[in-house]
Amino acid sequence: MGIGTFWGGRVAQALERDPDVEMIVGLGVEEPTVALERTEYVRADQSYSILARIVRATQVDTVVHTFLVVDSTRMTGRQLHEINVIGTMNLLAAASAADSPVRTLVVKSSGLVYGSTYRDPVWWREEMKRTQPPKTRVERSLLEVEGYLRDFADDNPHVCVSLLRFANVLGTDIETPITTALQLPLAPSVLGFDPLVQFVHEDDVVRSIEWVMRNQIPGVFNVAGDGKLPWSEVAAIAGKRQFPLSPILTGLAAAPLGMLRLVDLPPELLDLLRYGRGIDNRRLKATGFTYTYTSAGAVESFAEASRLRRTVGETRPAYRWERDVENFFSHSPAVVRES
Amino acid sequence: MRAQGPPEDRGPAGFVERGRGYDPPVMPAPRNEMTAPVRGGELVPLRPRAAAEPIADPRRSDVDEWGRSERLRALARALYGPVYRNWFRAEWEGLEKIPTEGGALIIANHAAALPSDAPVIMHGIEEELGRPVYGLAEHLFKAVPLVGTLWSRGGGVAAHPENAYRLLREQQQLVLVFPEGAKGPGKTYGERYRLRRFGRGGFVEIAMRAGVPIVPIAVIGAEESMPIAMKLPAISKLLRLPYFPITYNQLVFGPLGGLIYFPAKFRLRVLDPVRFDVPPDQERYSKSRIMDEAEAIRVQLQDTLHDMLRKRRSVWFG
Repeated sequence: MGIGTFWGGRVAQALERDPDVEMIVGLGVEEPTVALERTEYVRADQSYSILARIVRATQVDTVVHTFLVVDSTRMTGRQLHEINVIGTMNLLAAASAADSPVRTLVVKSSGLVYGSTYRDPVWWREEMKRTQPPKTRVERSLLEVEGYLRDFADDNPHVCVSLLRFANVLGTDIETPITTALQLPLAPSVLGFDPLVQFVHEDDVVRSIEWVMRNQIPGVFNVAGDGKLPWSEVAAIAGKRQFPLSPILTGLAAAPLGMLRLVDLPPELLDLLRYGRGIDNRRLKATGFTYTYTSAGAVESFAEASRLRRTVGETRPAYRWERDVENFFSHSPAVVRES
Repeated sequence: MRAQGPPEDRGPAGFVERGRGYDPPVMPAPRNEMTAPVRGGELVPLRPRAAAEPIADPRRSDVDEWGRSERLRALARALYGPVYRNWFRAEWEGLEKIPTEGGALIIANHAAALPSDAPVIMHGIEEELGRPVYGLAEHLFKAVPLVGTLWSRGGGVAAHPENAYRLLREQQQLVLVFPEGAKGPGKTYGERYRLRRFGRGGFVEIAMRAGVPIVPIAVIGAEESMPIAMKLPAISKLLRLPYFPITYNQLVFGPLGGLIYFPAKFRLRVLDPVRFDVPPDQERYSKSRIMDEAEAIRVQLQDTLHDMLRKRRSVWFG
């Protein structure tokens, strides 16, 4: 398994529970943020150039690619390009080498590839084309990545390639501009717009990745909770009033929020707050996958969890990854292991 | 603005520049024994799924997936009722031809600088038949603050073939569309009641694909409710609008009174539903058949308009 980032950690946690999974190798730029029992962690550079060696050395048969960056506020455009495009190219190169043992590849992408404009259909199906060229770097890089992936799937018919496009994720453990915005005293919005938005709960994200991987379901799938709801309703469920930004020069109006370190609203999110987006989740459901949260349910669960956190602080002890400690637990003969 | 990645990395994926498409790539159809491809790569499970327990859906508003709110729609109807009854005094003929259940694509001639026909048709059908009507229209509305939101809460949906298909085929709703598009209301007073081209016949194709009938409605009165005296192409180009009119309403009531309609008498005649004996859900339909059907409907609608105008004694009293 090739794994990095928060999502990688969550997926690895889920896989660790399964005795049929012999070995999990995690790969990331940063240290894991979740506690892992038996995942081997390898630190990589941004472009994941050591991947080919790891694949050869460990003979992994399944690669879960969760390191695509979809939140452009986390880094500069250059870095984002490096990680998304070059990182994926290295990954695909490693997986398509002549003697590559890789038979399953799962990639976590985003609904951002559809964009968000006033010309858009109410629901996007997986095979539909966006109505306007991508404007932002993150959208462009995701489209490029998906293009490479399509070529990879064409060239390697023996590999089961699944591409999952996620709606905006809500969860207590993940921090995105949306989760930050919904934790402010006032929820930012664009004056005169009340778009229909869609969410997916972080548990469903992990479950869907596991689902396509275990059942070997190839293809492109949208992953989003059922239903769409207006942004005003999202704010209402979260118990917030709205803070309307000017509908003209919205980027400029949103800039002070970023400067004050309240919330950084990237252009693709401002578009979403204007026109919304709906991705049709029926294809994945048709494979038998069931969601545990609807869009509104994800908002409510998130709102409840953040209320609890505001009152009692972190409910879980913060996890800090330390190499020596982890190595001790993983490898020391002194640790008693079951089975 | 044209999007360009750094040139050195725009590699073989290259959809940045491939034709019109800035398309998310489509991967080869899934090849899995659990699933079998049907229309457009959709999947159906081969084994029946265990009935899942419904999961909590804590919605608070009644806004549906199309952005329509029945509550707001009811409020709009309550406010619009007096205008419908006392100002336009709308009168229908053949309202019973509109199906009371199942999907149907309602089409009509389109007129007036700010089209007054769409609200009249939607209001009339919703009041009389008690069925919601979704109005497909120019997506430009959606980009205007407040207007876009109200338009969508009031039952407006961006005109996209995918939206129309879903509403008609999957949800069996009534959908109103004006095949003339913006060319209809953009007519000057001298061109009134002369139907423009019916686009590329897209409405016929949608009806065929969705397997629903087309119900044409001929409307008179709308043309005179806000006639265009002249158009200013330079301004419309600047504002990127389909047209920028100087209306007679502005000339009579002053620039600010340009939003007041003249009290023209509305008459609406529903024509016989047109059904197509083609199977729904086909990948493609014969273009010539589509164009022929579209033209036949256009001719019929035009003849009906002439007939109604022949019988109309007064613009204001009908």
